[in-house]
Amino acid sequence: MSYNMHILVCGGTGCQASSSKTIISRMNEYLKEKNLDKEVQVIATGCFGFCEQGPIVKIMPDNTFYTQVKPDDTEEIINEHIIKGRKVSRLLYKEPEHHNPVSDSKHIEFYKKQLRIALRNCGFIDPENIEEYIAREGYTALAKCLTEMTPQEVINEIKLSGLRGRGGGGFPTGLKWEFASKYVADQKFVVCNADEGDPGAFMDRSIMEGDPHSIVEAMAICGYSIGANKGLVYIRAEYPLAIKRLRIAIKQAEDYGLLGENIFGTGFGFTIEIRYGAGAFVCGEETALIHSMEGHRGEPTTKPPFPAESGYLNKPTNVNNVETFANVPVILNKGAKWFASIGTEGSKGTKVFALAGKINNVGLIEVPMGTTLREVIYEIGGGIKNGKKFKAVQTGGPSGGCLTETHLDTPIDFDNLIKVGSMMGSGGMIVMDESDCMVAVAKFYLDFIVEESCGKCTPCRVGNKRLYEILSKITEGKGTMEDLDNLRNLSHVIKDTALCGLGQTSPNPILSTIDNFYDEFVAHIRDHRCPAGKCKALLTYHIDSQLCIGCTLCARNCPTNAIAGERKSPHFIDTEKCIKCGTCIDKCKFNAISIR
Amino acid sequence: MPEIKLPQNKVDQLLAICKEHGNQEGELINILHKAQQLFGYLPDKVQCIVAKELGIPVSKVYGVVSFYSFFTMKPKGEHPISVCMGTACYVRGSERILDEFKRLLNINIGETTPDGKFSLDSLRCVGACGLAPVVLVGEKVYGRVTPADVERIIKEFE
Repeated sequence: MSYNMHILVCGGTGCQASSSKTIISRMNEYLKEKNLDKEVQVIATGCFGFCEQGPIVKIMPDNTFYTQVKPDDTEEIINEHIIKGRKVSRLLYKEPEHHNPVSDSKHIEFYKKQLRIALRNCGFIDPENIEEYIAREGYTALAKCLTEMTPQEVINEIKLSGLRGRGGGGFPTGLKWEFASKYVADQKFVVCNADEGDPGAFMDRSIMEGDPHSIVEAMAICGYSIGANKGLVYIRAEYPLAIKRLRIAIKQAEDYGLLGENIFGTGFGFTIEIRYGAGAFVCGEETALIHSMEGHRGEPTTKPPFPAESGYLNKPTNVNNVETFANVPVILNKGAKWFASIGTEGSKGTKVFALAGKINNVGLIEVPMGTTLREVIYEIGGGIKNGKKFKAVQTGGPSGGCLTETHLDTPIDFDNLIKVGSMMGSGGMIVMDESDCMVAVAKFYLDFIVEESCGKCTPCRVGNKRLYEILSKITEGKGTMEDLDNLRNLSHVIKDTALCGLGQTSPNPILSTIDNFYDEFVAHIRDHRCPAGKCKALLTYHIDSQLCIGCTLCARNCPTNAIAGERKSPHFIDTEKCIKCGTCIDKCKFNAISIR
Repeated sequence: MPEIKLPQNKVDQLLAICKEHGNQEGELINILHKAQQLFGYLPDKVQCIVAKELGIPVSKVYGVVSFYSFFTMKPKGEHPISVCMGTACYVRGSERILDEFKRLLNINIGETTPDGKFSLDSLRCVGACGLAPVVLVGEKVYGRVTPADVERIIKEFE
């Protein structure tokens, strides 16, 4: 059956949280009522990436892009747009600069600079329907590999493409495959690392939710090239929707003979099983991940031996991350040369970033390597929220660093980010403004590391705890200048002596913030002052009696009734009762409340 | 910890789960996932049963349960509250939200109210960063929460 029009509704976790499921069911009901259900098809797609504006509804073929759609808008969209052919302009996206509605997604700044390779199908296809994936060249790369190429030729193609691991390390993927292919064993394994643990990164989840077949296909291709017939996906139990869609994809691929015995009649067989993670950041490290899959505590072990030699159940194992796999089918379809033509000298292709924090367009973006931070933050991200001033951007999650204004024109790639004291990591990119305290941010990351350190090696287990304690002292105004030296020295010791990648990179957020925001540390220590106004122990709230008009808004919203005052006369804050939650500042329309 | 008695039918189901996984040590984490679904949490007794069935020391089971944050040894409240403390939510003020829940419910992270109604946890990134800061109560998601919203959210479930 062919449809004249398609209504694509985002079915990613973010949009589902704001009732996209209800929108879909109401659209289906209403189309039926209007007898249009044979002509217009509603499809729940994966993430469009523009999460800030969700739920997103896109009408095809004209690419009309409706944002922040509510269930009550469904009838109007169908009556006006579908039946009468008139766009519902109040739901169209408006660029923050000129407030004019933009008619379709091709003209939205957010998408203009993006190049979507790993996310190519997210937001385009129904992830629960294998035929939609096949219609977009799905499984043709697998067919090509199995019928036209030798395993070594596949490896050579991946090597030639310059693809590097997207999980954080940036190790050349083709080389990794080659290592695993060289070992002779009765059984080998392909593992997909879907244990996305970096707080603030959600690209792997979005790919699995939006395009699960690309992972299934890539794992089978990897299996063929290294000589493995078994694949395992290690996925966080906290991702129920991704797990569900992956299960459906595996089942459909089996039904279509694209997984199982004798695929395409070539004699090559491959199966995929799912293994659940149970919430441990360290399991992103491949040896820890393998131990976890074996049913143990997810503690890392020293390399060598590398998993390529002795991994899961002591057999040669190749571990790649979700985004890395998502690139593989495209590389084989379009050729290594095409892929290598995108990006920079040392980093080919694109990178997906989860853009979040104090930025106008929170969302999932994919840009060619070499795009600058400025382009990402100001052109794609639409600049800083509420017209505030940019302060820092954190990349690489708990292993990365905070970069400043001076780094904005740095082209983003693996090597450049390390050079400026951060790293690519899995692609979290958190933007901070002038109201964010960098000491508190460093402490936030250390808190995460202390909680997630597996405890096996002393530098990480004990050292990070000490770093956290020193930072806490500083945020309470009890730090000394000597503490700053101690932070630095201890950080270097941990980096040099920790067992695995988690510990070796854990001091990065501290070192980069001390380097880039030294004055802010000094202000906390010498002046007992938090310049950003975040560190509670150093703050008191005041209402300026000149500016306060007595609108009572702050008093009505104060959770502890700490604000008193007559209507139409200046209010005041009882510092005993005040819990410094900041609600009053957010509510005050006259900038009458300040932090000292 | 007070002695608890597990209902026999659930114990039988637990034995069946272990058997279904071939009583294999390598299946420990998968078994614990199902056991937690069955009981809601993993008390000592459940860990002892699993250890016995798999022929491994209880210390090994406890080691795994205590290692992973997804496993809990305390029963959750009727309405488990999770405040997202991922970086995106953190910079948009989730700490203030968490403080407000702690204050109003008078419990700390990882605790349950005495009446068993609410338990409070923080979690790392649900991936709805566009809605930051995010709070989950059971399956229900609240986005762009302010400290002033907290009381209203709690009231919804009282």
